Amino acid sequence: MRRPTRDTAESNRKIARRTLVLGGIQLGVVGALGLRMRSMQIEQADQYRLLADENRINIRLLPPARGLIFDRTGVPLADNEQNYRIVMVREDAGDIDDILSRLRRLVPLSPEDMERAKEEMMRRSPFVPVTVADRLSWEDIARVTVNAPALPGVIPEVGLSRVYPLGADFSHVVGYVGPVSDYDLSRIDDQDPLLQIPRFQIGKTGIENKLEHTLRGSAGTRRIEVNALGRVMRELDRQEGIPGKNIQLTIDARLQSYVEGRLEGESAGAVVIDLENGDLRAVGSAPGFDPNLFVRGISVRDWNALNENIYRPLAAKAYQGTYPPGSTFKMVTALAAIEEGLLDPEETVFCRGYTEVAGTRFHCWKRAGHGNVNLHESLKQSCDCYYYEICQRVGIDKIAEMARRLGLGIEHDLPLSAVSAGLAPDKDWKARVRGEDWRIGDTVNASIGQGYVLTSPLQLAVMTARIASGRSISPRLVLAIDGIEQPSGAGESLGLNENYLRRIRQAMDAVGNHSRGTAYGSRIVEAEMRMAGKTGTSQVRRITAEERARGVTRNEDLPWERRDHALFVGFAPADNPRFAISVVVEHGGGGSSAAAPIARDIMLQALYDGPPPLSAYPSNVRGRIRAQQEQLESRVPPGAVPADRA
Amino acid sequence: MSYLEYNAKYVPTGPRKILYLNWALVILLTAVASAGFLMLYSVAGGSAEPWMDAQMKRFAVGMVAMVIVGMIPIWFWRNVAALGYVVALVLLVMVEFFGEVGMGAQRWIDIGPLRLQPSELMKIALVMILAAYYDWLPMNKVSRPIWVLLPVAIILIPTALVLKQPDLGTSLLLLMGGGAIMWLAGVHWAYFLTVISAGVGVIVAVFQSRGTSWQLLKDYQFRRIDTFLDPAADPLGAGYHITQAKIALGSGGWTGRGFMQGTQSRLNFLPEKHTDFIFTTLAEEFGFVGAFALLVLYALIIGFCVASALRNRDRFASLLTLGIAVTFFLFFAVNMAMVMGLAPVVGVPLPLVSYGGSAMLILLLGFGLVQSAHVHRPR
Repeated sequence: MRRPTRDTAESNRKIARRTLVLGGIQLGVVGALGLRMRSMQIEQADQYRLLADENRINIRLLPPARGLIFDRTGVPLADNEQNYRIVMVREDAGDIDDILSRLRRLVPLSPEDMERAKEEMMRRSPFVPVTVADRLSWEDIARVTVNAPALPGVIPEVGLSRVYPLGADFSHVVGYVGPVSDYDLSRIDDQDPLLQIPRFQIGKTGIENKLEHTLRGSAGTRRIEVNALGRVMRELDRQEGIPGKNIQLTIDARLQSYVEGRLEGESAGAVVIDLENGDLRAVGSAPGFDPNLFVRGISVRDWNALNENIYRPLAAKAYQGTYPPGSTFKMVTALAAIEEGLLDPEETVFCRGYTEVAGTRFHCWKRAGHGNVNLHESLKQSCDCYYYEICQRVGIDKIAEMARRLGLGIEHDLPLSAVSAGLAPDKDWKARVRGEDWRIGDTVNASIGQGYVLTSPLQLAVMTARIASGRSISPRLVLAIDGIEQPSGAGESLGLNENYLRRIRQAMDAVGNHSRGTAYGSRIVEAEMRMAGKTGTSQVRRITAEERARGVTRNEDLPWERRDHALFVGFAPADNPRFAISVVVEHGGGGSSAAAPIARDIMLQALYDGPPPLSAYPSNVRGRIRAQQEQLESRVPPGAVPADRA
Repeated sequence: MSYLEYNAKYVPTGPRKILYLNWALVILLTAVASAGFLMLYSVAGGSAEPWMDAQMKRFAVGMVAMVIVGMIPIWFWRNVAALGYVVALVLLVMVEFFGEVGMGAQRWIDIGPLRLQPSELMKIALVMILAAYYDWLPMNKVSRPIWVLLPVAIILIPTALVLKQPDLGTSLLLLMGGGAIMWLAGVHWAYFLTVISAGVGVIVAVFQSRGTSWQLLKDYQFRRIDTFLDPAADPLGAGYHITQAKIALGSGGWTGRGFMQGTQSRLNFLPEKHTDFIFTTLAEEFGFVGAFALLVLYALIIGFCVASALRNRDRFASLLTLGIAVTFFLFFAVNMAMVMGLAPVVGVPLPLVSYGGSAMLILLLGFGLVQSAHVHRPR
């Protein structure tokens, strides 16, 4: 194609000029890009480097192993076991229902579990892992792992979880742990970052709760590199946490299990205390409950069953329950009067079956009366009129003071939940709390442990220990923390007159071992092991004059919740006491018939550190005792973990 | 002077032409592409799969194509310029109706085994037609309104079609590339001044109108513009990419975190790390030294093209070479400005480095034209 000639020179000059301008602009742009690089990569490099590290590095907490709890002989009461579980992440799973139903074919999963897991997943952020199945066997986990490609968002995990090998036997002492709740977070002032871990387990009751900080330990940290999706790529470094401290209790697991077994079928509390150092050898409350249920997350059905049981399994009767002490309070009244110099132990009071005080007739439990009784006889036969008489001399304030001196009406410092202070009432208390004047009738009622007086089995055991030893024994539950022994509860002398105390102890010896003593039926026949004690039967209802005239209704004829409480306090051996005991059987009937036999059996178990020889029992009961021993030997506490797993 | 008039006997013929290629340009292109291979190897986590191998094959094919195009006489390319433009335009219209949707826009068209992005083809075709137009147009008519309107139409028709796909990046590239050639051809500067000031005026007016009674855009349109201009206002949405890109780039420091040590790319914080945002990986792993070196390589390629163009006395060859160079410049300048947060995020790849066959092939074909102009220049 032919074309006319052009002025090439002019064209070239023009292009060169224009190129110069355009090239200049381009050079400017390149320069600007270079400067921008310089400013970002050199001047602000540190800042961007920091941002990059923040992007990629996540700090994860490593939960420390929770401290273990042992009995005094080293039997594990709260243990950590390897726990295989399956967690699920909603956003990775996609169709939750589909994945759950697939999972169900591989691992045991109840419809209830599935519903709960689904609910929790919908409530939390989509990326939060939610535990679907817990406590799986290794085989279950292996099946899930093999099928992992078909189960997006499902992650098998291994962790430590709390297990209580002895189940219900320690439910009220050791307590239990459970996942930290929003309520916990709002209630406790604890900055520990561990609490922010979903489902982190903290102590909810008992030792687990009160010694939470000792048991918990402190968190370790793990710095990990994550990618943009939050997936962990590798671990950069790891700082191990400090595991929680191990706790050794003063409780003897064997004795405790015996106590729980012996109390089975009753609603009762029993406490055994060591007179040497105040060690609590057993703190039994029946019925118990399986604490392992709470660790796993208790089902509504189980929860309702516990709550609706009229025997109140959730209540720790040994230290939370308070009962009118009944006749077991008589030592307090007597000691108050003697110490004030208002009573001579040999002085006698005539019991005609009732006493008139300020126009009201107060009855002795024995309608016919005891005749002339001195201190010894009044305790042995548990005469009420004797105390109606002497209490008027000493007055309620001195009685309350003595009660507190002996450990009643005060709160003992124990790492347990809601330890009850009971009540040693005095004039001031009634004026303050009830806004009424104290009446003489109140004193008369209080003198035999009725009326306003309230005590827990724990307090009664402490009282008995103090009377038996003459020292201000205080109960000790924690023997050692990480091998370091805790202060003994041996206590100083109470400063009471030892002569008078001996009189009281001799009277208590007679209660158990004199043929007319109220606990004679529950005696220990081995002379060196003799148990001294005091029975108590406390009314929970008012007996009207009308009923009294007709004849007091027998306990067996009353509905359970209106029957008398049966109490017994005691110590043994009578000559050289080692242990003190208290037993309260709610609505059990009479102290001598319902509480004393239990106390005797437990005391023998403690004295012999195991099943006692039958020769310690009166010959007429040996056959029954043998059968009972055999039955208790083979007993497995509710919720106990078989030995091969523990 | 026209090709038929200069002394063709000095023009090399046959296989000897290979010796007359612009070898410096070949080496520079290979160097830049090699940097790309390295980065594709790195972002794949130290693997030739899935990107580096494929990219190397395409580069080899592209280089062969470049040499072939370079050995075909430049006057042939001038003669087919108009045809090329029409074909590219037809394909652009076809993609509108039969195109495949990819990345949220209609860009691809399947012709048998060939997968084509007509907008890429148009970048070269537009440069060719404009160069041919100004080669044909007598110098004294260049600035006459009627002869200015014609190239404006030639530019605006494909620009509008590409914008409709929607591919803002490519349409801006076409507009600026076309404008640059008109400028080089010697269109009077007053036209440019008018267009630029009118454009600035419209933008100012639009923004001034905001919140007044004569508001020119709807509120939601303004909000879209806001997000577009300031992605940082939406750090987890539109701004996420650019924020992460800046972190990657900045954390490189002087010498970078080391080959395959870039945490931003390796841990997938970077989006599109093998395509549009590959420069940030390079900057993260090789630091300022590496990033600036790449910028210098790009500048050198432009420099060699400009040198070749200015020595070429043929108007078509000269304008074509400069046009290709400007297109190339716009590619890398827009991409770098984008990943460094200086320009809004528009989908423009880093030339020869970003993974992608269409763009690389088209660019190498363009450099084939530059080679052709270089080999067949009047001596």
